Amino acid sequence: MTANPPSYLNAGHTIRSWLLTTDHKRIAVLYLVSVTFFFLVGGAAAGLVRADLLTPEGDLLTNEGYNRAFTLHGVIMVWFFLIPSIPNVFGNFLIPLMIGARDLAFPRLNLLSWYIYILGGLFTLIVLLVGGVDTGWTFYTPLSSMFSNGNVVLVAAAVFIVGFSSILTGLNFIVTIHRLRAPGMGWGRMPLFVWSHYATSIILVLATPVLSITLVLIAAERLFGLGIFDPSLGGDPLLFQHLFWFYSHPAVYIMVLPALGVISELVAAAARKPVFGYSFVAGSSIAIAIIGFFVWGHHMFVSGQSMYASAVFSFLSLAVAVPSGIKVYNWTATLYKGNILLDPPFLFAMSFIGLFVVGGLTGLALAMLSIDVHVHDTYFVVAHFHYIMVGGTISAYFGALHFWWPKMFGRMYPLTWGRITAATIFFGFNLTFFPQFILGFLGMPRRYHVYAPEFQTLHVLSSAGSTLLGLAYLLPFVYLGYSLVAGKRASANPWGATGLEWTVPSPPPKHNFVEIPTVTGRPYDYPVDKEDRR
Amino acid sequence: MSDFIALWPQSASAYSGRIDLLMWVFTALVVALSAPVFILIAYYAWKYRAGRKADRSDRVNRNTLLEISWALIPFILIVILFVWSTRMFFTVHQPPPDAMEINVVAKQWMWKFEHAGGQREIDELHVPVGEPVRLSMASQDVIHSLYIPALRLKQDVVPGRYTSLWFTADKPGTYHLTCAEFCGADHSEMTGRFIVMEKPAFAAWLEQAGTDASLAAEGEKLFRSNGCSGCHGPAATVKAPDLEGLYGSPVPLADGSMVTADDQYIRDSILLPQSEIAAGYPPIMPTFKNVLSEDEVMKLVAYIKSLATTEDTP
Repeated sequence: MTANPPSYLNAGHTIRSWLLTTDHKRIAVLYLVSVTFFFLVGGAAAGLVRADLLTPEGDLLTNEGYNRAFTLHGVIMVWFFLIPSIPNVFGNFLIPLMIGARDLAFPRLNLLSWYIYILGGLFTLIVLLVGGVDTGWTFYTPLSSMFSNGNVVLVAAAVFIVGFSSILTGLNFIVTIHRLRAPGMGWGRMPLFVWSHYATSIILVLATPVLSITLVLIAAERLFGLGIFDPSLGGDPLLFQHLFWFYSHPAVYIMVLPALGVISELVAAAARKPVFGYSFVAGSSIAIAIIGFFVWGHHMFVSGQSMYASAVFSFLSLAVAVPSGIKVYNWTATLYKGNILLDPPFLFAMSFIGLFVVGGLTGLALAMLSIDVHVHDTYFVVAHFHYIMVGGTISAYFGALHFWWPKMFGRMYPLTWGRITAATIFFGFNLTFFPQFILGFLGMPRRYHVYAPEFQTLHVLSSAGSTLLGLAYLLPFVYLGYSLVAGKRASANPWGATGLEWTVPSPPPKHNFVEIPTVTGRPYDYPVDKEDRR
Repeated sequence: MSDFIALWPQSASAYSGRIDLLMWVFTALVVALSAPVFILIAYYAWKYRAGRKADRSDRVNRNTLLEISWALIPFILIVILFVWSTRMFFTVHQPPPDAMEINVVAKQWMWKFEHAGGQREIDELHVPVGEPVRLSMASQDVIHSLYIPALRLKQDVVPGRYTSLWFTADKPGTYHLTCAEFCGADHSEMTGRFIVMEKPAFAAWLEQAGTDASLAAEGEKLFRSNGCSGCHGPAATVKAPDLEGLYGSPVPLADGSMVTADDQYIRDSILLPQSEIAAGYPPIMPTFKNVLSEDEVMKLVAYIKSLATTEDTP
């Protein structure tokens, strides 16, 4: 141990050494702290929404108050948690380590992108303090441009700012993956985690500018009455929806693709086997990223767009299921004849697969035109996208946290508590969101806090589940926090996994590698019968 | 028990039954495609867990044939579902020509319905059983969405354009009618009742809900009081397009293109007269944007529509 160079954690102890760092690992920790903060704020708003829905009369909040609560929940969770969570925390920490680089291609740009994220976050918190916004996270015009009483321009500015953080991170990842791979690491030897971040980065760089333009147009429309979305001036309200979903549908893949990468790593390490059909899994990430750009119109089947356009969007949306299905089947096949550790990372990965399958298949229901007409804008949609974006992404996020925690901080946590958390999150999540599929099919519209009394039982079940889920999300604070202080020291490779990140000490030294490694084999080359784990 | 927890929505039309069937088949398919995943994961996790003796020899990491099959089979199933659901979607977008017309105006936060005879109602829609009904919908402010779960139908109501929806309700009763597109503060209170009545009861309801004049007749009054007849009337001094027989016919435009004179074209000609100029006429018509409300425009459309059916006199 003593021969190792000092780790990145003790390379400097001052606040300054953290706030001005250009070390990708420290920036990842900065992101970890800040996305966790926004997760708590967004979660609190969700708790308020669920508490209000306990009674059909919605007597906890006013109509305005409810609208502001769910809008805040959506804005914070989408832009300040789900989109940045896995790429900015784990992508940042792991991509250079996994490809054998000393840092990202542009370390200062990386720090700048964190500051931009924080600036956007501060704007959002200011909006919260001055009363919030009431348009929903989708900002549909002309409600947002002409009729809303909320602080639309401020919140649009916040999201506009945070968009630049995404673009810079995406750019940084693309250049890093192209230029800084260690000798010998061809594209066919890259870990699947890196592949999925490559696909994600392409979306970040291509789609986010469209969102930025759309937000500028909203602000201009509101401040100067341009009339781009105002029919009485010859504008088109549906133009906004096209622009918005051109970004926001691919954004779903920004949230899910990194999660898919995480799961491939977790499954391979837990089963101690190469991922089945490596090239299909890598290729399907790229396929999802590409097809994901051509399906935005499935948010608009009842908007009044041409029915022929709807038919095309329906077909493409159904087609995305194929590459997603490939991944799930390949993970299952990976487990066959594995040597499986039933540890927290594996349990979170299983939880991910379960929720992702339910979320993905109900997405097919929404992609079918005539079923979508019935369940569009109901709780069915709410349940579907929570399964994918929240169930999926957060399971993967927690899985990543439990898998790479020893690497990041050099400490082990009590595994049993991790297992309990994984199981409770899975159960709480299903109790919260499964009843919402039924609610939606019964015809309960979303964004209603006053509702018909026959829906109450299902809402009460859902709120009970959300309480359990909220508690389960808080559990890791306790035992992961405890591990930092009193956890057993972690070895360089506590799970017996493959990958360059496990060849350096835990926590890694400041410059990652004393000598840049040379890669000689394919990823996930597990020796068949060795037991040297934990 | 059924009041305590409902699991299936009420159904008020044959179409909703067909949607339910598709939903059942789809659910069965979902189970068929995902059950192997769940079962195998659980089985493998148990059978191959670390420390347990199991046959781990001859491990394979790829099998191209297997992988192509689990891409291809779901794809074929998806194509079948796509064709099925898209055909149903197209039927609900092609109303029969004899459908009974009802006008709908949505505004923050109420639904206004107007029957052809001029009967008006707010947040309640009465329709007769067994007769095709076509709703022609406009919004006065933001985007709303008319949703009747018992029909499994919804359609956004968008400012600046007419959207429509048609159905044949076949089960008398009272059902929910809601707004499904988030439309501002009182969105969740923009709800109403959809009432399907037997034909005689509906006729009696129309009678007692009576009104002085039909929509077309009210439109004719507006046509005169707003000065439209000064230009478009028979004794007009200004040369404006003749409106008799206009509805449903093709109109050549000044820019050389052709449009069909439908509800949307007539509405736009009243509110945005400079956007589509009829060929051969000077663009001198003023806009009535701040003069007429959406329901008044709908009445004018109804009047112009009624002119189309007037017999040509030799």
